[in-house]
This record gives sequence, structure tokens and C-alpha cells, in this order.
Amino acid sequence: MSQTLRQTKGGRIDRSRTIRFQFDGKTHKGFEGDTLASALLADGVKLFGRSFKYHRPRGVMAAGIEEPSALVGAGTAGRYEANTRATDLFIYPGLKAVSQNRWPSLGLDLLSGISLISPFIPAGFYYKTFFGPPKLWMVYEHFIRMAAGLGKAPRAADKDAYEHRAAFWDVLVVGSGPAGLAAALAASASGAKVILAEQDRELGGSLLTDAATIDGQASEDWIAAATTSLLAKGGRILTRTTAAGFYDHGLLNLIERVTEPGQAPGADGLAQRLWRVRAGQVILATGALERPRLFAGNDLPGVMLSGAVRTYLNRYGVRTGQKVVLTTDNDDAYRTALALAEAGAQIVAILDSRAASAAGNSLSVRRAQTRLPVHFGAKLIAAKGSAKGVKSAKALIDGQVTNLVCDLIAVSGGFSPVVHLHMQAGGTLGWNETTGAFSPDVSRQNQTTAGAASGVDGLGQTLTSGWEAGLAAAKTLGLKGGSAKTPPACAEADDQACRSLADWLPAPQTNLKKAFVDYQNDVTAADLDLAWREGYRSVEHMKRYTTLGMATDQGKTSNLVGLARLALAEGRPVPSVGLTTFRPPYTPVTLGVLAGEHTGAHLSPRRRPVLYPVHAAEKPIWQPVGYWHRPRAYPQGREDLHQAAHRESLAVRTKVGVTDVSTLGKFDVVGPDAAAFLELVCATTVGKLAVGRGRYTLMLREDGMVMDDGTVWRVAEHRFFLTSSTGGADRMSAHLSYVRKVLAPQLKVTVANVQEHWAAAAIAGPLAKAVVENLMGEGAAPRHMSLGFGPLAGIPTMILAASYSGERAFEIYAPSHQIGPVWDAIVEQARGLGGCLYGLEALEILRIEKGHIVVGGEIDGRATADDLGLGKMLRPAGGFVGATALGRPAMSDPQRLQLVGLEAISGTIPEGSMLVTAKGAVPCGHVTAAGMNVVQGGSIALGFLQGGRARLGDVLTATSPTRKQAAQVKVVAPVFYDLAGDQYRD
Amino acid sequence: MLLIHCPHCGPRAQAEFVFERPLESIIQIDEALPDLIHKLYSRVNPKGPSWELWRHTYGCQSWLKLHRDTHNHTIHAVLEIGQTQDGGDA
Ligand SMILES: [Zn+2]
Repeated sequence: MSQTLRQTKGGRIDRSRTIRFQFDGKTHKGFEGDTLASALLADGVKLFGRSFKYHRPRGVMAAGIEEPSALVGAGTAGRYEANTRATDLFIYPGLKAVSQNRWPSLGLDLLSGISLISPFIPAGFYYKTFFGPPKLWMVYEHFIRMAAGLGKAPRAADKDAYEHRAAFWDVLVVGSGPAGLAAALAASASGAKVILAEQDRELGGSLLTDAATIDGQASEDWIAAATTSLLAKGGRILTRTTAAGFYDHGLLNLIERVTEPGQAPGADGLAQRLWRVRAGQVILATGALERPRLFAGNDLPGVMLSGAVRTYLNRYGVRTGQKVVLTTDNDDAYRTALALAEAGAQIVAILDSRAASAAGNSLSVRRAQTRLPVHFGAKLIAAKGSAKGVKSAKALIDGQVTNLVCDLIAVSGGFSPVVHLHMQAGGTLGWNETTGAFSPDVSRQNQTTAGAASGVDGLGQTLTSGWEAGLAAAKTLGLKGGSAKTPPACAEADDQACRSLADWLPAPQTNLKKAFVDYQNDVTAADLDLAWREGYRSVEHMKRYTTLGMATDQGKTSNLVGLARLALAEGRPVPSVGLTTFRPPYTPVTLGVLAGEHTGAHLSPRRRPVLYPVHAAEKPIWQPVGYWHRPRAYPQGREDLHQAAHRESLAVRTKVGVTDVSTLGKFDVVGPDAAAFLELVCATTVGKLAVGRGRYTLMLREDGMVMDDGTVWRVAEHRFFLTSSTGGADRMSAHLSYVRKVLAPQLKVTVANVQEHWAAAAIAGPLAKAVVENLMGEGAAPRHMSLGFGPLAGIPTMILAASYSGERAFEIYAPSHQIGPVWDAIVEQARGLGGCLYGLEALEILRIEKGHIVVGGEIDGRATADDLGLGKMLRPAGGFVGATALGRPAMSDPQRLQLVGLEAISGTIPEGSMLVTAKGAVPCGHVTAAGMNVVQGGSIALGFLQGGRARLGDVLTATSPTRKQAAQVKVVAPVFYDLAGDQYRD
Repeated sequence: MLLIHCPHCGPRAQAEFVFERPLESIIQIDEALPDLIHKLYSRVNPKGPSWELWRHTYGCQSWLKLHRDTHNHTIHAVLEIGQTQDGGDA
């Protein structure tokens, strides 16, 4: 079969350009301009997929983004896009699409047997299963998981590029149908800068289906002229661009598809673009969506929305049926019937639920009555057929049940204005009982609605409403451009209004268990009735219980049908039942475009210390610390990480080691009140510090927990140098600013973040002093916790004598751009004395051995200074951030977790293990860092233990169930090396 | 996403700002313990107008006072910290 249902002429496809593509492995042909749905329909394909829950055969229902049933996967590998609507996918050469939710194949779906047991999976099945005995869930789970879920997510990475753009315009018009174009023209003519977003690939909206004469021109020409005019006035037109979300303060997200789903992008690699648009005024001309009707089998392939049938015929040149039954409550379906008849189809019956008196007067109805079988007060009871399509219809005509042979049923249940963006923007709705439609009432943001989206009926009114919205938007912005004249007008014969007369009642003979409301989630009218009988009254509860409107189409076609069903059960009008919340995105959005450029290495910045290339030459193992990348170890020869770290730490303990500490947080605190300021931030004594001396210090949070630690140095009477941890430097910067600007604005002090101004090398070990003094040439190195200045390798440096490793140590600070020669000279000296470079892993081993705490390890946001054994450092008088909170009774509970040391009696203490007194006991603590005794060997660790300081000598088990490791440990004081501190003093 | 009018930088996207806390939850250094506990652990989350402390962290780094309606995100005022609505100091 090949394009058997294609009309020989007409439509907006290019018959001279054939496109080959695959569907489920079979090659098909279509034309340029076809969607996947139109091309397959032209080839006689009816079955597109299986439904979510019951695996019922499903075909194409709609012709646009609202399609609930014909979902496919498009593309391969990393470009595979699941749950793509066949109606919203324009074919391209090489397209590979597959149907979903069938096993093993679309035609033979073994799981469709679920239909037979559907009485056993009613509404709320999942809830009921969860509340049932757990054993039952174990039985169901495997079966549910196999059957549930639509498309499968691809496993390969998406290689395509996505970008974000920000844009600022006077007026954003969403939708380029007659209302949108008229609005854009009016705003543009009034002098507004206009951006127009259209989700289709062509402008025109409904005019692409129903051509008309506007201002004496064929609509095609009118659209072209409008486009030219907008562009000439500096406007921007985005096609294939969906306004997915309307957020606060006039922000909209537009998703521009640069490629079709699964399509390889061009040379720039760009697949999609996210526009963040803030516009002075937003005009929503988003049209209306046709609703289905309730009858049994209303989900069979061959049951389609009436407007979609007309779109396939007029726009794509595809006649989707030969013998057609139409069921409607409005005039619009008559246009479908007339177009089909003109194209040679046989109209079997038009079943109009309206009474003749209510319907018979309009032009299209009168025209149809003269040549087609029109039945007023008539309804459809059931569609009959199979996966191969509809074969007949059971109708209620003049009170008689009648069988009609047909291969297509065109359905119109009226139209729902697309109010999603209006509602996302916080607007309210009004209800039209006659047409059964909610349309925008009050706008809360800078938006108006025009055309069918505002409930307007008929082309003439639609054009006028768009034009007026455009003028009003320009006027609101204070623009008074001159060239706007009169609204575009259409010929009277083209102005065919719908005249919907909403009728929610199915024929009494209808089997509601087969009458689907939500096609994608397989929710029937009977399910909704059951939920109501079970007491679900709130529409939000019913939605979650039955899953109505929770599928990828968010119930675009079905929600109102469901609400009407609930209203009927309640005996209340539809608006009093309420609406569920409209949430972005309007149509599904791929995660790639939300991520934009922020993937891979662009997810976060990689900060490289100024000495990065120098380290790189040593080929270290790198470790991320915050955004920084720092050397973890410098393996020599065939060393692994642990061997290298052990060698490096041993060098520090016995000779000398050099490490890069440039990434530490560093702050200059200057001014007459600098000491007073620092005493607010630091919980230790600062004011009494002599010039040229430094101290270890702690900074607390307001809740009394330790936030960070560092050193504070008095460089001059009114000048201090404060260091803090690498990872906490940004937080410390903000904290210092908060204290200065918010808590103590009266203090005369300035704070400068000089983290990257200074680079620094730490020299540690018994020979560290020799290294420094050799480089200094003359004079003595500063004493422990003192600072000095002097040129090293000809570069001015600041020398801080402070130790983290427990050995005699110095930090040599030089201006970042001048650290190179200083570093080289230090490393040369150290190596000459048998020393080496050491990285973060050795630093970790050394500090565990000394019981020195670290941010992110022991400083975990839950520990007080006292928990860490540092309570005596705090100023008893208080007066610093966090002091008051230490007065809470819980802070002095003797059973708090306290820092202890742990020595292995047997085995190796596992990282991250729990401390227990006996197997199966409740944990009484945990290990924060496990390491080894550098010189003597043996496994040691730091950890928190409830009331730990009173439990020295206890024997516990450190157990890690996830690693399946355990060790017997003895509780000791958290210092394993040089308890007296002789090593780092002179 | 909110559009916040920084007194220094003009209208900027919310992404440039960091919310700090409601103004009434600022804890002074000499705050009494019961007040501190209230501000830390039982502060109110008002529906409606609220004075808040923000910072234009990824802009000029100013600390700002926002008068924001938490119900509909209307921002009634943006002041520098230390400035009152009538332009004076506070
Ligand atoms: Zn600013």
C-alpha cells in the first residue's frame, strides 16, 4: 500500500518532494509538509499504538499537539525521543519511528489480554493495592511494571546541543492563527516591537485547515503579507516554537524546535532553543481544542475528532475514511461532512445531538441538509471494530437503535479554549453554559486573550478580537503609532461559527465501561462514576485517584468531559465542581532543553589554582574540592593512591613536604573596628592578639553549630588576615558581608575577599624551618603562630608559621601572579633535603593522626565547639554569632555526640562505619574519617560517640553493613601523634 | 521567575538574587535566648505582604529589603538595607 488515501491535489504538502521514513521497521513514503500521522494515514495505517493500562489498540485522534493516543518513539540511540505525538512530528528523510507500549509487536500484542481482566483493575487500582496486604503488591508489582509505562527513556547520552536565550519585547503574541496574526499586525502597526511564537511549522493556525478570504485576499496570501509586514517593522517570528510556561512577572518560556524529534541537527549541533521572554504585554491567541464525546469504543482506531478529519483532508490531502458517521453538538462538524462529501466520501449519517429547532438555521447546516443525511436529536451509542479500525456504529436516531456501516467516525463534543497560559499566569475563568466552555475572565498579569482562546466564535469576530487585543496592548504600553486602520475582515460565507450546544449526556444505552474519557491513561466514564460512588468529591482528589488528566497530554481533550461527568453525578453545574490546576509545561518538554548549555563540564565552573599547570606536569590524581580541582596525590612509578599518600605523609613526618594551599578562603579585614568586627564573627579571642601573631579560630552559625574554622592574624594594629576552609570560602564571604552590613553596620571596618589574590605553599616537616631559612638567606623563620614578611626567590612574601599536619610548618603567601618562582624555589629546596610534594590524601592522613577537624568531616553542621573538644577556646563572655544559642539546654546534654579517636584492635576500621556496642545494637556513634598511623602503622579513625569523652577505653564495633566490613575498636582521645605538641614548636 | 528592581542595577532576574530571610528573623548578636529560638525554629511563614532580606549576590552584592507578597509575588518595594520607605535611614 502506498499513499492510497492521498488526494491527487490540494493541501499544503509538496507532492514533488517525497520523503522516505520508517515506522516499526517498515519503510513508508510521505511528502514534504506531512506529519508522521498524516503520512501514515495516507498509507492506510490505522493502528499507531497500544493504550497505557489495557493495551487497547489506538489510532490517531487529533491533528495537533493535543493528540492523546498516537504516541511514538522517534530517532535512535541518544536522539531517541519517547512519547512523541505522531501528529506533532514533521517527517524528514531517514526518520525512524516506533510504536510504543506493545509486546512483542504492535499487531500482535500479547498484553492486550489485559482488556479481558479490566474489570479487575478499576479506578484507584494502585491505591487499593497499596492499602491492601503487602503480599498482594509483591504479586502485582512484576505484572504492573511490565505492563505500565509508555515510552522507554533512551540509555545513550544526548549528544545534541541546546541553548538558552533571553529576549525582551514590547509584545509577545502566542499563536499565529487569524487572531494572533491580527493582534501582531495591530500592535506592530501601533509601533510595538512584536515577537510571535507559533508551535506549528507554518503560520496560519485554523486558516491552514479552513482557507478563507480576508481583506479580499486568499488567506494564504494574507498570511504571507502579514509576515512580510511584521518582519519589515522589526518583528520576530518563531515557528515550531511552543510557549510552554507563563511564570511570574511576565516571564514566558518558549521552546523552539530547531530539529524534529530524533532528527540530526545541522553543523551547529543545535536541537532546541529555550527562549526566556519578558514582554511588556502578552497576547494569548492559542485557539481552542475540540473535545471527544462519550460512547462505547470511542477510542477505536478510526474514531477521530471532526476538526482533525478536516485538517487531514484540507491540509494534508488525506481522506481518512470512505464511509463516514459524524456525531456532533455544533456546526463545525458540518464543515467536515461537506468537505468529505466534496472529496468523494460517503456521509452515512450526521448525528446532531441538538434539536432541529436549535440547530437548523445556519448556513452550513442548511447546505448539509439539502444533500446529506442529517439527524437531529441523535447520538452515537457505540463504535464497533478492531485493531484494524472501525467497522460499524450503533446510533440512536429518532429513538431507534440503528446500525450504520462505516470506516470512520468523526466526533465533535464542542471546543475548549486553550486557557493554560492564562491560568498559569494566575488568571481566572468564566463559564459559558451554552457552549460548555471555560474562557479567560480576569487576567492577573500583563496578558490578554484573543480569538477562540477567549471564547470568540467565527472568523470575523476572531479577527476583530485579535486586532483589538493588539491595539490595546500597544496602548497599555503607551504607544500611539499611526498606521493601524481597521481590523481585517473576512467574506461572510467564510465566517462559519460553531454554535456549540454542549451536551454531556451519553445515549442511555451506552456501555460506560468502554466509553473513554482520558484516552492516554485509560480512564472511562464508569471509572469516574465509581470514584464518585466511593466518595471522591474534590476534583483534585478524583484526578489523583483515577489518574484522569495525569498523562503526558495533561487531559487537553479529556479534562472537561471528566469534569462534566463529575458535575452530572453531583447534580451541580460544571464550574462549581472546580478545575484542577494548570501547570507548565503546556506540552511535554525535553529535559535537554531545560538544561541548555549547563551539561557536562558546563554544569559548574572548574576552578583551577594558579599553580594548576605546575601540578599537572607532575601528573597527580586530582580531587574536586568545591569548584576547585586540587592534587590528591602525586604517585611515583607504579604507586597507587594509597601508596603515594603514605610515602608523602611519611616524608612530612620524617623530612619535609610541600603542598599547595592557594585555594583557602582569605580575607583582609581593615579598619579601627576590625578587631571588634572579628570578635563578632570568630568565637575565639581576637582583640588581645598581638601584632605579628596569629590564632586558630572557629566561626559559628547562629544556631551555635560550628560553621567553619581557620586562622586569624594581626598584621597591623587595624589590619587582620583571616583564613577559612577552601570549600566554605564563598559561604564565609557572604557571612562576613551579612555580619558587617546587616548586624553591625556601625562598625568602621572593611572586608575584602582576597582568596585569589594570594597563592600559597605550605611547607611541613622537621626540615621545614631549614627550607624557609635557606630561602630567606638571613634571619630566622617566624616562631609558631607568628608571621613575617620578606622576599623569597626575589618575590615579596608573607610567611605564616602555622601547622595543620602537626609538624613544624609554614605557609608562604605570594601574590598569585608571582607564586611560580617562589613555589619552584621551595620545591627545589625541599627535594634537595629529601622531601617531596604532598596532596590532599596525605594531608587527610596527617590531620586524622593529629585529630584536627575538617569542614565537611567533623564540622558537619551538627557539632558544637564542645562536641569537637574545643569548647575551652570560646570566649566565655559571648558576644559572637552563635553565642546565645549555646545556652539551649540541649547544647550541654552529656549524651551529645562527642569527638573521639578510635584505634583498631583487629582489622581495618571501615570508612563511614557505625559504632555499636554489640551486633544488632542501636548505633551509638559513627566514624567520620578513617586513616592510619603513619609511622607505626595500624588502623585509626576519628568519630562521634554519644557521651564519648567519658567512654575512653571502651571497646566497640565499627561496622559498615554496606561494605560488609567490621572492626573491633578501642575508644581513645582524638590525638594519635605528638600529644604534647612538641613537633610543631621550636 | 521574579523580576526584582535593584536600586543600583535596575530590573534583574531573580536568578541573580539570593533570598536570605524574613526581616523579622534577623537575629541580633545580643538576642535573648527565647527570641532566638523563636526566630530560628518557629518563625511564621506569612501568606501575604512580608518584609524580606535579599542580596543581589550575582550583581552588585547589595543587601536589599523587599516588601513582597508571598501569595502572588507582587513586589511593593525594594530598599537598600538601612533605608526606610520614605528615604530616611533605619
Ligand atoms: Zn544590584
